[in-house]
Amino acid sequence: MALLEVKDLEVHYGVIKAIKGISFEVNQGEVIALIGANGAGKTTTLHTVTGLIQPSHGQIIFDGKDITKIPAHKIVGMGMAHVPEGRRIFQQLTVLENLKLGAYTRKDKNLISATLKMVYERFPRLEERKNQVAGTLSGGEQQMLAMGRALMSNPRIILMDEPSMGLSPLLVSEIFDIIKVISEGGTTVLLVEQNAQKALSIADRAYVLETGNISLSGKASDLINDESVRKAYLGA
Amino acid sequence: MEFLQFFISGLSLGSIYAIIALGYTMVYGIAKMLNFAHGDVIMVGGYLVFTVSTSMGLPVWIGMTAAVVGCTALGVLIERFAYRPLRGATSLAVLITAIGVSYLLQNLALLIFGAAPKSFTSVVSVPALTLAGGALTITGESLVTIAACIVIMIVLTLFVNKTKPGRAMHAVSEDRGAAQLMGVNVNGTIALTFAIGSALAAIAGALLCSAYPTLTPYTGAMPGIKAFVAAVFGGIGSIPGAMIGGILLGLIESLSKAYISSEMADAIVFLVLIIVLVVKPTGIFGKKISEKV
Repeated sequence: MALLEVKDLEVHYGVIKAIKGISFEVNQGEVIALIGANGAGKTTTLHTVTGLIQPSHGQIIFDGKDITKIPAHKIVGMGMAHVPEGRRIFQQLTVLENLKLGAYTRKDKNLISATLKMVYERFPRLEERKNQVAGTLSGGEQQMLAMGRALMSNPRIILMDEPSMGLSPLLVSEIFDIIKVISEGGTTVLLVEQNAQKALSIADRAYVLETGNISLSGKASDLINDESVRKAYLGA
Repeated sequence: MEFLQFFISGLSLGSIYAIIALGYTMVYGIAKMLNFAHGDVIMVGGYLVFTVSTSMGLPVWIGMTAAVVGCTALGVLIERFAYRPLRGATSLAVLITAIGVSYLLQNLALLIFGAAPKSFTSVVSVPALTLAGGALTITGESLVTIAACIVIMIVLTLFVNKTKPGRAMHAVSEDRGAAQLMGVNVNGTIALTFAIGSALAAIAGALLCSAYPTLTPYTGAMPGIKAFVAAVFGGIGSIPGAMIGGILLGLIESLSKAYISSEMADAIVFLVLIIVLVVKPTGIFGKKISEKV
């Protein structure tokens, strides 16, 4: 059984249909990439899965439970974390306060400190800067904070929206290495990326989203060699 | 010595403005709206204390408890039924609704209590402090008001910076969507903010009516507007800003009354506000936003 299953999802912005009935599934332990051009509906899809947007039709099933109608703030506690596009860290709070907010739904103080230690091990830069106001971090550090903050909820699945956006090629590689490590640690990853090359290089499977429809799907290693994908998204 | 006398009465008046301004500034910071009905919640607090303690003759602490509980419930109800349905609407729609709620409260009070001023019995039983051989008198009301203001400031600052609901408030204030992704219940956090603001308004109402013991349905309107000015003056959204803004406003008003003209005092208060906003549009403690793109 899939950990996350999206069935016939449709999303409207007013009268405009942004997502036109897509279905996909993410199995436990997989890294799934959702690639596509700007405006294809990738971010809308993630926002709908985590409850920030209500779909007009369709179902979202997480761990066997229908979460379609569950409000966003209750979904995190069920084990789904979302690293939003543009990081959206709390600029005026410190790094540590941001991380603590990531564990907002958790109660056990000991488990939270254990997770914090793990996050600091994975992102030593965050520990060095734990008392610094988050708005003063560099772009790469802010991305790390956004990822660390999501990990603080101890998620079973982590949704990442354009983690490479606005970062230098060197930092992009670093971020993708971290995603690999997170996945190897047992967390399932649903990755939305415009950088299709990078995304396909670490994903198990991928879906190609085109103006609100899934136009193609399959193993990442097959898609990376697919002629139409190469033409449209890999610039080759 | 005369100056000191005016200074202390200004400090006391300013403390009341500060307590009211805290409600304005917290609601603005977190719900991003100006709750123009906030001043009228003060008036409701005044009438609750009046009804329970002055009319029914019950002890002051019961009257105070009734006012705090009643105003807290009122604040949450106003948020739930007047403002929450407008979440996501234009700020103008919310502003007009807030003005509507303000008139609704004033007219309900008019209907229940009539237009005639009620004479309020002070909730303060602390004796006045006489210093310097009788040259300087600090009323019990002033002492309690200033002390209340300091305590509220400390407790609120600790609450907002050190507790989990306080961190949730910061998060909602900065980015509602991201706060939801952390598991913060945005509606609950906004309701909590209204509850705190309204509880403070009840305390301010009781202190205000104790210092100036006439109570009418319009008692809250002018102090409400001045406290709003104080909040803007200090930098709206900032808790220390509301505190400092309120106290400065009280001092300016009191000293203007004493040394310039009592008719002109309000005009001077607003003139100072205009000057501050021209020089520093974000107010004294206006948030410097350091963003990196």
